[in-house]
Amino acid sequence: MTDLDFEYLRGYIKQRSGLALTAEKRYLVESRLSPLCRRFGAASLHDLIGKLKTPHDKVLERTVVEAMTTNETFFFRDRLPFDLFRDTILPEALARNAGRRKLRIWCAAASTGQEPYSIAMLLQEAGARLSGWQVDILATDISLDVLEKARLGIYSQFEVQRGLPVQWLLKHFTQTGDQWQISPSLRAMVEYRPFNLLHGFEALGQFDVIFCRNVLIYFDAPTKSDILTRFGTSLAPGGALLLGAAETVIGLTDKLIPDAKHRGVYGHAPARPPALRAAVG
Amino acid sequence: MSQRDTTCLVVDDSAVIRKVARRIIEEIGFLVSEAEDGANALEVCAEAMPDVILLDWNMPNKDGYAFLQELRRTEAGLKPKVIFCTTENDVGAIARALRAGADEYIMKPFDRDILTAKLEQVGVSARLDA
Ligand SMILES: C[S@@+](CC[C@H](N)C(=O)[O-])C[C@H]1O[C@@H](n2cnc3c(N)ncnc32)[C@H](O)[C@@H]1O
Repeated sequence: MTDLDFEYLRGYIKQRSGLALTAEKRYLVESRLSPLCRRFGAASLHDLIGKLKTPHDKVLERTVVEAMTTNETFFFRDRLPFDLFRDTILPEALARNAGRRKLRIWCAAASTGQEPYSIAMLLQEAGARLSGWQVDILATDISLDVLEKARLGIYSQFEVQRGLPVQWLLKHFTQTGDQWQISPSLRAMVEYRPFNLLHGFEALGQFDVIFCRNVLIYFDAPTKSDILTRFGTSLAPGGALLLGAAETVIGLTDKLIPDAKHRGVYGHAPARPPALRAAVG
Repeated sequence: MSQRDTTCLVVDDSAVIRKVARRIIEEIGFLVSEAEDGANALEVCAEAMPDVILLDWNMPNKDGYAFLQELRRTEAGLKPKVIFCTTENDVGAIARALRAGADEYIMKPFDRDILTAKLEQVGVSARLDA
């Protein structure tokens, strides 16, 4: 792969998924894309990148973009956000929406499903408090491959071991060979849909809670700003946005602010009165 | 309130596994002791009850199940958090262990990440209130 190839690929990926590849990620590109050469009949990476330029091959495009995503995830990742969801965010949302009895949650980088299913388990455990409610969990990701796995809800021993309490493993999963499948009722709670965060959110509607964890870290500041600002519009009044441990809104958007009491949780910035706004500039 | 190091007993008939586990758990910051089977582990517990026990399931001379049943029969033996480990990935075995009083379950071979996560899950950290 020549320097020019790398430059081309960098622009190509950035434009399609937002992923910002720094120069030191060159080895990563090589290790992830080399295995694709044979499948697409390319003699080398240089050849493969040539094929990306022309003619248009949608499958190749998608495969290259997906190959560069990092899909690492696990159940109840970092634990704290899920404790906060169960103990604070959910009860507050239920109180706020008690009139309409409707709750909408968006997992904006769902990967192989561990995050949306963790949320679904917490909701199922909440039991009676949610009876009569319509609860939607929309789980989206740019990668069709991870969504396929998420829909099936089948996980290896290694995957169920990370973060999932063993009692919940026994309660919510059934064993199939040396793998574990999540229960049909939990699978039915989550709607999986391909969606690119670089695209407009309007068609998705508004959400009471948005989980967007461990994906913004891969984007550059302007892309983060753009996405976070648009989350501001997608978040229902009083709603909560949860980011990954290494992510924040600070310095990136003025639509959202950190929750003073809860780390990793963000809400709408209070609207500034027009006069003050003028004075502040 | 004063604090002390958390103690962990590693019970396994394989010296290699004990060594690997010891290294990881000491890195996390626990004080580690070892026992090579269930009978040996009961003696260690009688001397000083650990805060957490990493328990192998298949051992000669009192296996994990027998050890756990006996341990949980005494009042002091109810205190330690027990994480049992096995190469068996089987609902029946897991359910049986939980009924016998295990708190968590870990599949061999384990690594630092998983062990750390499981210790967190059962609610023990490297320092406890004395
Ligand atoms: C590291 S995983 C995070 C999974 C989960 N949220 C968690 O915290 O464990 C990041 C996911 O973001 C997805 N992703 C990357 N770029 C994306 C984009 N532009 N739009 C939507 N999803 C994207 C990847 O496919 C990957 O599955």
